[in-house]
Amino acid sequence: MRYIPHSEAETRAMLDSMGLASVQDLFQCIPAALRLTADLPIPRGKSELELERYFYQLSRENDGVLEFTTFLGAGAYNHYVPAVIDGIISRSEFFTAYTPYQPEVSQGTLQAIFEYQTMVSQLTGMDVTNASMYDGATAVTEAVLLAQRARSNTAKVIVAGSLHPFYRQVMRTYVANFNLAVEEVPWDPTGRVDLTALAAAVDDATAAVVVQSPNFFGAVEDVAECARIAHARKALLVMAVTEAASLAAFKAPGELGADVVAGEGQSFGIPVSFGGPYLGIFSTRSEHLRRMPGRVVGMTEDTRGRRGFVLTLSTREQHIRREKATSNICTNQGLCALMASVYLAYTGKSGLRELCRQNLAKAHYAREQLCAVPGVGPRFSAPFFNEFVLTLPGDPHAFARFCKERRIVPGVPLKWFYPGLDQDMLFCVTEVNQRAEIDALVAATREFFARP
Amino acid sequence: MTQRVRNTISIDEKLLFEQAPGNRSSCDFPPLDVPSGEMTDYLPAALLRDDIPGFPELNEVEVVRHYTRLSTYNYNVDLGLYPLGSCTMKYNPKINEKLARIPAFVQAHPLQLHENTQGCLKVLQKLADLLVKITGMDGVTLQPLAGAHGELTGMMLIRAALTARGNPRRKVLIPDSAHGTNPASAVLCGYTTVTLKSDASGCIDLDELRRHLDPDVACLMMTVPNTLGVFEKNIQEVARLVHANGSFLYMDGANFNAFIGVARPGDMGVDVMHLNLHKTFSTPHGGGGPGAGPVVVVKELVPFLPVPVVATRPDGNLFLDYNRPQSIGRVAAFYGNFGVLLRALAYILREGSDGLRQVAENAVLNANYIRHHLSRDFHLEYQQPTLHEVVFDDKNQAEAGVHTMDMAKRLLDLGFHPPTVYFPLIVPNAIMIEPTESESKAELDAFIDTMRQIAREAREAPKLLQDAPQDIRNTRFDETLAARKPVLTWKGTGPA
Ligand SMILES: Cc1ncc(COP(=O)(O)O)c(C=O)c1O
Repeated sequence: MRYIPHSEAETRAMLDSMGLASVQDLFQCIPAALRLTADLPIPRGKSELELERYFYQLSRENDGVLEFTTFLGAGAYNHYVPAVIDGIISRSEFFTAYTPYQPEVSQGTLQAIFEYQTMVSQLTGMDVTNASMYDGATAVTEAVLLAQRARSNTAKVIVAGSLHPFYRQVMRTYVANFNLAVEEVPWDPTGRVDLTALAAAVDDATAAVVVQSPNFFGAVEDVAECARIAHARKALLVMAVTEAASLAAFKAPGELGADVVAGEGQSFGIPVSFGGPYLGIFSTRSEHLRRMPGRVVGMTEDTRGRRGFVLTLSTREQHIRREKATSNICTNQGLCALMASVYLAYTGKSGLRELCRQNLAKAHYAREQLCAVPGVGPRFSAPFFNEFVLTLPGDPHAFARFCKERRIVPGVPLKWFYPGLDQDMLFCVTEVNQRAEIDALVAATREFFARP
Repeated sequence: MTQRVRNTISIDEKLLFEQAPGNRSSCDFPPLDVPSGEMTDYLPAALLRDDIPGFPELNEVEVVRHYTRLSTYNYNVDLGLYPLGSCTMKYNPKINEKLARIPAFVQAHPLQLHENTQGCLKVLQKLADLLVKITGMDGVTLQPLAGAHGELTGMMLIRAALTARGNPRRKVLIPDSAHGTNPASAVLCGYTTVTLKSDASGCIDLDELRRHLDPDVACLMMTVPNTLGVFEKNIQEVARLVHANGSFLYMDGANFNAFIGVARPGDMGVDVMHLNLHKTFSTPHGGGGPGAGPVVVVKELVPFLPVPVVATRPDGNLFLDYNRPQSIGRVAAFYGNFGVLLRALAYILREGSDGLRQVAENAVLNANYIRHHLSRDFHLEYQQPTLHEVVFDDKNQAEAGVHTMDMAKRLLDLGFHPPTVYFPLIVPNAIMIEPTESESKAELDAFIDTMRQIAREAREAPKLLQDAPQDIRNTRFDETLAARKPVLTWKGTGPA
C-alpha cells in the first residue's frame, strides 16, 4: 500500500463510477475455494526507516567484504567502477523504462545499445554484437547452440577443460535435453589446451570448439591455432571470455579466426555484486546474424529522414517465431549493457590500455614475489593477463584459513573444480590491489609455509 | 488536449564515435606502485593488439552530457503511466535503489568466504522463504535470470522428475494465447509443443485439453490469469485432468500481480511456476533488463532444483549447498541476479502481507476502471470479467482505416506510452492495457480522456492517427529498411 496512491475516497469514487459495491466484486471470477480468507503468512509491511535498518543490519554481516583484501577472480573481477556509471544509470529515463518497443520514445536506450554493439564489436573484432545475454555462462551455451544450427547433422561440441567450470556446468545442464554431446579436452603443461588432443577430438560431427582465453587458469590460448583446427573440420570456433578487460590488450578474436565471441562483460564497470546482475556478451560474424539469439538494434530513419534506431531482425525471436525462435530469451541485461557502455566511453581507448598495463604489471609483480617463497611455483608457463595458478607446498585450504586471520582471501583453491590440482590455487590481481596488499599476501605465504 | 510531457532536447545527439576526437580522457589511475613496464614487457608482442580502431576517447563532461541528452529521448515510469500489458510497469521504489547500493553487498565477490557473506546469504534465504509462502509452494530456486530463463528451468525440472519416474515424455501443451517465450522455452528443453485452441471465452477448452492429454504429455504450460487477463475458472479441473494423466502443471507467473495476496498457486494444483521479479515485485526493467525469474515448485520437484541452494549449518550459519545428487545442475554462472533479488526482498518487506493484497486489489481496480470507461469506444473481443489487464482491439476504428498501430502512435503525440499491441495473438490487432496499481485516479482519467479523444479522432480525422506521431521528436521509423539492410554497428555512414 506504500506505493499505491488511491485514497479511500478515490477508490470509492472509482467503484461508484463502475456500479460496484466493493473491490472484492472484481475477484468473483476466482473460485471461492481458492480465495484466501486470511492474510499471507508473512510479516506486515515495514516503514522505510525500519526497512533501511533491516538491510543495514544484514549488510553488517557482510562487513568482511569491506575489511578483507581479496585476490579472487575466477569469472568475477574486482575492477574500479567509476562514479560516472551510477550517475548515468540512476537516471529514471534509463532504469525505469521498458524494452524499447516504441522506438519514437525510446531513442535514448536504442542509441545507447547501438553504441554498445559497436564498441563491443570493435573490441571483439566481430561484425555484430547482440543487445546482451543473461551472463557469460548462458552466452557461451547459446553460442554452442548457434553452432549446432549452423552445422546441421552435428552431434557434439569439444570444450577445453580450462573453460570456466561453472560455464561447463551450465552448458551440460542445457544440452542434457538435446542430442548434443560435450567432450572435454585436457590442457598441456603450459596451461593451454592440448592442441594434439584437440586435433584428435575434432571430427565432422563436431559443431564447435569452445576455448576460453585467457582461460580459467589465466593462460592466454593460441586462439588462431584452435580456430585452424576447428575450421579444418568445418566446426565453429567459439571463443569464451570471462575477463573482458583483456580484450583491450590482446589481438581481436575476430582477427584470430573466432566465429563467435561469447562471455562475461562484468569487468566493464559492473560491480561483483555477489554474482549478478552481470552481462552476457555475444558477438559473431555476419554470416551467422540470422541464427543469433537475442535482441539487436539497427540504424534506420524516420519518415522525415531523421536518423534513428529500432529493434530489428526480430523474426529470429520468440515473440514472432515462438517454438522456432533462435532462443527463448526476452528480458535481457539491458541496464548492465548500458553500464558497460558508459564504462567503455568514459575509460576510452587510452584508459583501457592503461587498465590492461596496470593489471599486467601488478599480476606479474605478485606472481614473481609469491614464487620467491620457497616451495611455491607456477603451475603453468603460458603468458597470462591478471590471473595465474601457483602450486603451493601444502594444503591450499589450510593456507586460506591461515590467511583469514590476516584478513586476506588469497585466491581460489582449484581442488574443488579440478581433482588432481590438489595443491594449486588461482590468484587474481587487478588495478585495485595495492602493492602493500600484495606484499602482505606474500608475507603471509612465506610465514605459513615456513612453519614446520 | 495539449501534450502532457515534453522533456526532449531539440538537438540530435551525435553518436559517441562522431564526437570531436581528442585526447582528453578523464579516466586516470593511481601511479603504478609496482615496477612499471609496458605491455610488451609482460607478453609476447605477437599476442597484443596495438589499436582498437574507431574506439571513443572522451572527457567525463562529454560522456555525461551525451548520456543525459540521450536520456531525454526516453519515456519512463517515473514520467507517467506506462500501460504495457503483460509487462507490469509499476513504480520502482527509490529506497530499493539505495539499499541495493550498500557497499558491503555490491562489493561481495561471489566466491568470498561464507563467513564474510552471511548478509548476502540471508538476503537469498529470506527471499526464498517469502516467495514460497506467498505462492503456497514447497521450494524455490532464485538462480534464473529472467522470466524466460525461469520457464526453461521449470521445464528442465519437469523433465528431470519425469525421467526419474521412468520416461521424460515428449510433448508440452500450450494454449494459443500464450506468450512466445513459452513454446520457445519448451523447445529449448527438448520438447515438442502442441498448441491448444482456446474456447469462445478465451480460456482453456476442457474438451480440447482432454483430446490432447495422452501418455506423451509432459506438462501443460498455462498463464494465470491468461494473457487476456481472464482467470481460468476451471483451473482446478484442469489441474485434476493434467495430474490424472501423470503430467505436470506449469504456471507462467508473469501475471501474478493480478492475484498476489488474494490466492495462491499452490492451492490451485500448480506444480511449477516462475515469477518475474521485474514485474510483480517492482524491480526496475532497466530498458530491457536485468530481471530475475525465480521458480517455485511442489515437493516432488525440490530435489531437482539447480545447485547451489542456500542451507543452514547446525551452528546457524548459512552456506551454499552443492551436495544435491538429483539436481539438474547450474542454469547460471553464479546464484542469480543478486542485486535484483535484493530489491524484490525490500519490496516484499515494505509491502508486507497487508500491502501485497492491496497491490493486487488496486491493480485489478485500475484495469477494470479503464475497461469500464473505454468499452463504449473500443471493441472488446472477449467479454469475460478480467483482472489486472484488458485487451481491446481496433474493430471499431478499422472501418475508418485506423488501426491499432495508428492509435498507439497517436498516444505518443498525446504524452502517453502506448499499451502492448498485437499481443496476445488470439485477439487480432490487440491493444493490451495494464495500468498496475501505481496509477492514481487522476492519471487514469487523463489516459481515458486521451483514449476517447483518439476514438473521436479516428472518426473525424483519421489522417491525424495514420500519420502519428507528428508532435514529438521522431515520426515513425522505417523498420523494413532496418531489417532489409541491417546496420548494426557504426561504420561511419548512415542507414543503408
Ligand atoms: C506472459 C509472459 N510470459 C513470459 C514472459 C517472459 O519474461 P521475461 O521477459 O522476464 O523473460 C513475459 C514477459 O515478457 C510475459 O509477459
